[in-house]
Amino acid sequence: MAGAIWRRGLWLIWLLATAGLVLWLAHTMLTESADKTVFMPGPLTSGHHQLQLDCTACHTEPLGGGEVLQQACVDCHGDERRKPFDSHPVTKFQDPRNADRLGEIDALHCVTCHTEHRPEITARDGVTQPPDLCFHCHVDIAEDRPSHRDFPFDGCKASGCHNFHDNRALYTNFLIKHLDEPETVATAVMPKVEYVELLDQLPGYPLMRYPVKPLGRDEADVPPDIAQDVTGKALDDWAATAHARSGVNCTACHETAPDAQGVTRWTDTPGMAACEGCHALEVKRFGKGKHGMRLAAGLPPMQVVEALLPMREDAAHATLTCNSCHPAHRYEARQAAADACLKCHNDAHTLAYRDSPHHRLWQKERRGDLPEGGGVSCATCHMPRVEEDVNDWLTRVMVDHNQSANLSPNSKMIRTSCLRCHGLGFSIDALADRQLIDSNFSGRPSVHVKTMELAAAEAEHRASEAGDDDDTSMFGF
Amino acid sequence: MSIKMKYGAALAVGLAMGVANAAEPGSETVSVKAMADALHMVMDSDRTIYTKTIVNRLVKKEKVIKASEHYEDDKALALPAQMFRFGSELVAERASKNPEVNFSYSLQSLWPVNKQNAPKTDAEKTGLKYVVDNVGKNYYTTETLGGKKYFTAIYPDIGVAPVCVACHNAHPDSPRKDFKLGDVMGGVVVRIPVEG
Repeated sequence: MAGAIWRRGLWLIWLLATAGLVLWLAHTMLTESADKTVFMPGPLTSGHHQLQLDCTACHTEPLGGGEVLQQACVDCHGDERRKPFDSHPVTKFQDPRNADRLGEIDALHCVTCHTEHRPEITARDGVTQPPDLCFHCHVDIAEDRPSHRDFPFDGCKASGCHNFHDNRALYTNFLIKHLDEPETVATAVMPKVEYVELLDQLPGYPLMRYPVKPLGRDEADVPPDIAQDVTGKALDDWAATAHARSGVNCTACHETAPDAQGVTRWTDTPGMAACEGCHALEVKRFGKGKHGMRLAAGLPPMQVVEALLPMREDAAHATLTCNSCHPAHRYEARQAAADACLKCHNDAHTLAYRDSPHHRLWQKERRGDLPEGGGVSCATCHMPRVEEDVNDWLTRVMVDHNQSANLSPNSKMIRTSCLRCHGLGFSIDALADRQLIDSNFSGRPSVHVKTMELAAAEAEHRASEAGDDDDTSMFGF
Repeated sequence: MSIKMKYGAALAVGLAMGVANAAEPGSETVSVKAMADALHMVMDSDRTIYTKTIVNRLVKKEKVIKASEHYEDDKALALPAQMFRFGSELVAERASKNPEVNFSYSLQSLWPVNKQNAPKTDAEKTGLKYVVDNVGKNYYTTETLGGKKYFTAIYPDIGVAPVCVACHNAHPDSPRKDFKLGDVMGGVVVRIPVEG
């Protein structure tokens, strides 16, 4: 008798507990602002952990399957997944003759090698395949490249040798072109940013309303009803910037976009959208990196304390927006280039910057002892000057605000940054030396990668194979 | 309406639809072999024009620009093989959205510069040898790859311009260095998915 009551009681407890759990999970799933990380089968990689607040950042449809996920990858990363930035673009594998290879490793889908939520099988760069996966297609490489006969298959991706995607600094002809370079070039300089000179070619730039000419404090264009709230400091700050020198005054940023009736209003707090109006390319690149990916996904901005890298405690609750590095009104890019970074980042490499040779050059440049572009700030390497397509007809040199783009594998940094001042062999060695990186390049590389020797041997081999009457000067080899 | 009139009306409508459909342009059929031949004729002609009027003229004759695999870095012309391949990649992208005209094509050789372009399937191996040994003839067969059936056609790829032969003979990775103008250097493989 007591047993029956006990059993019924247990049934009731189980029923209530299950109902409670179902209700709570349903509430979490259906409420937009709830923390859905309870549904994750495992944590996200460091590349994507900021997006864990929003499952739909990748799972755009609830039961979408592989193609939906693939499209999510391509939407953010698709720009760099084609030649020349990708040695293994999807187009390489689409021919039906590769069907048997795809049976072994499905190279058409990113998640084959970059599965999320599986930390137990995740290696560097979010790779969830064993390091010798190259053998699936390149098992007979020793025939083409006898120099590789004794190399193990799990060493293909060693630093300075090969990357699956971006080999722009490592392909053989490039290595041969850069043989026998000095470690440091004497008069190295960064390319200048192009913007003001191209404004008349930028479609959509409001030249009629904001012609490019220097403006004084009295031309700030503050609406009369706002004028008494504007501090002298704000005006002074603005007047010293490139904005004031180029005809961009208050209403350019503090005016909202026209509403349905075409009416604009003053706003005290213009958001990223105000910057985007003219600096769309920078904002787009910012949204692809770890500083801006939350904002690009429509989530609240990233807070410093949520970062996985070591950060300064006194910056814990700072949020990441354009203003984090470019303070409001005094948009001083030179301060943003290093001082802004040092306010938050607290890892070995950052802390070692102040005592590094690179920093000494930066100080020289700021004093005027070196020409502009001759010093090395954080931005020199981590937000390098790159040529970016504005549209099909216009390219401009801009600061790449995606500081994650050339971080890992770090050979991506060679062409954007290192090669401006250093030789290729020296750069490859330096980037392979973890201790040197942590000391912010204070000293010489203590490792040596054999890449340049292999390239030199290949160049010699080609020279000896070439016949006497072979005129190879018109070809690229 | 009486029963007879209803039947008559239905018959008239049916006949009208049949006649209308038969007259609709584009419903006529061609054989899959004719489709492959036609595709090859276009892709071969386009590449021949590119090789002769652009690459050969500017690189070998006028010597004003190089041709290079790494054409962006070297500020050079893309190679004819690359022009061909980029076309096939764009086709793959477009054709995947249009199952009625889904086809693929690629350039292969028994003496490829890049080993990944050596023949892989049995049909490719047989076909590439066939077009070398039987001058002027094409090779046609069917294949099943990845569970799908294809009509496969292999056409001889001939070195039509001096640059073709000069570059392949001088290239460090080329396994053959004695090509002559007019030699069969490889083959174009066209694949069209078929039913059954």
